[in-house]
Amino acid sequence: MKTKNQLALAPWVFTIGFFALWEILCHVLRISSFILPAPSTILLAVWEYRTQLAYHAMHTLWMTLAGFGLAVGFGLLLGMVLGSSRLINAGSYPLLVGFNSIPKVAVVPILVFWFGVGWVPPVMTAFLISFFPIVVNVATGISTVEPEMEDVLRALGASKRDIVFKVGVPRAMPYFFGSLKVAITLAYVGSVIGEQNASNVGIGNLLTRASAAFEVPLVWAALVVLAVLGVVMYAITASVERSMTGWAQRSQMAA
Amino acid sequence: MKPFVDIHDVTHVYARAEDGLPAVRNLNLKVGEGEFAAIVGPSGCGKSTLMKLATGLQFPREGTVIVDGRQVGAPVKLAGMAFQNPTMLPWRTTLDNILLPLEIVEPHRSRLRRHKAEYVAKAESLLAQVGLKGQGHKFPWQLSGGMQQRASLCRALIHEPKLLMLDEPFGALDSFTREELWCVMRDLHAAQKVTIILVTHDLREAAFLADRIFCMSARPGRIVAEREVAFPRPRDLEITYTPEFSELVHDLRGHIAQARRAA
Repeated sequence: MKTKNQLALAPWVFTIGFFALWEILCHVLRISSFILPAPSTILLAVWEYRTQLAYHAMHTLWMTLAGFGLAVGFGLLLGMVLGSSRLINAGSYPLLVGFNSIPKVAVVPILVFWFGVGWVPPVMTAFLISFFPIVVNVATGISTVEPEMEDVLRALGASKRDIVFKVGVPRAMPYFFGSLKVAITLAYVGSVIGEQNASNVGIGNLLTRASAAFEVPLVWAALVVLAVLGVVMYAITASVERSMTGWAQRSQMAA
Repeated sequence: MKPFVDIHDVTHVYARAEDGLPAVRNLNLKVGEGEFAAIVGPSGCGKSTLMKLATGLQFPREGTVIVDGRQVGAPVKLAGMAFQNPTMLPWRTTLDNILLPLEIVEPHRSRLRRHKAEYVAKAESLLAQVGLKGQGHKFPWQLSGGMQQRASLCRALIHEPKLLMLDEPFGALDSFTREELWCVMRDLHAAQKVTIILVTHDLREAAFLADRIFCMSARPGRIVAEREVAFPRPRDLEITYTPEFSELVHDLRGHIAQARRAA
């Protein structure tokens, strides 16, 4: 029981320790708040700009969730297709990898040409940046079904579809949820990039304006809000993962 | 007895084989209905290929495979399979794992939802037969290796297959568990009247369980010897300590050793 409590406390202790260290260093080394504001200064800024931050954060949250939702749907579908067909898999990997290598910030202008400034570019950027890990992981989970299992079912007359849905997809779920934890944080990166370049609201837009006006504490406050949102969404994803794929997390390493 | 499985002069080359060498060549084998056949041979002799041919997972390059009076041109659908690796799905309980074939095979597939209780009762009676009474609600990873293998046998039998193919099902078990499972297998065969083809490396296992033993040569595999096993049924484990049993095993061993030397 002792270790369990320690595990539950560890994130808080580490996080508070990190910020305490930061605070102390800022004071001891007399770092200008223009270069690196102390956490207390940032916290004050968060409080001071709370209405503005909350408004923009809600917008960013929506953009992120919409993009993430699209990525989950599309990623699952494409992953299933790639995992069940070696031909399509082999054929499309260069395209996928090539596409994923393009920095998404470079795609935003194109999105603006297509859709104009507004909510579409942030959602699309979030989607484009976060679907790739989902595709790769779902495809891997499905394509690595044990050949014996496949033989058992095929000898019974199972179709490819039967095998994918009865064995492949459930088997890929741990991979899928693992990839969601990567994808949700990437989706934040995407929506903020989109907002910075092609939106009049959102944390990304707030960041652009605050940095142009040299409002350093506000910039930091916005970053902290983003980080907190990211951690919360990650935690939600992780708890969904635990409830859905408990069977896969039985090793001593995971306990 | 009319043969239930008739493999006639079959030569098979895998499409993926790099050397183009056949896995089996001029293979001939007949197993009667309800018979328990065992196939022994040096490793890599094409025993698994034979399993795939008999269940319709592979089709022969040359020759014919006839199962239940029909030439095999598609997966046979009347076969159950069990392997050395029990391959239970970890997200399903043991009972749901056993019911899996029913979700695939007709007519059970369309009946399963409405007649669930009937099928569950059947699965539970199978579990009781293999000594896993009341363990169905557990997940497979909560069972020991031997228990998983028992469950895997139940899964292979749930849809009442006419043909049961066993690919070294007890190979990964300790010798006590293995002997226990021999008896389970013997009793299942006696109760279900199913035709069984057992692929194994263990000559004692083959001699104890089978009515007929085929020895295969090294790759490309063919049958080099066929032995009828006349020990009366039901057999007791004690027969494995009789001189006749040792003699049979010794004789089989000679054939395998020769096949290995020839390779």
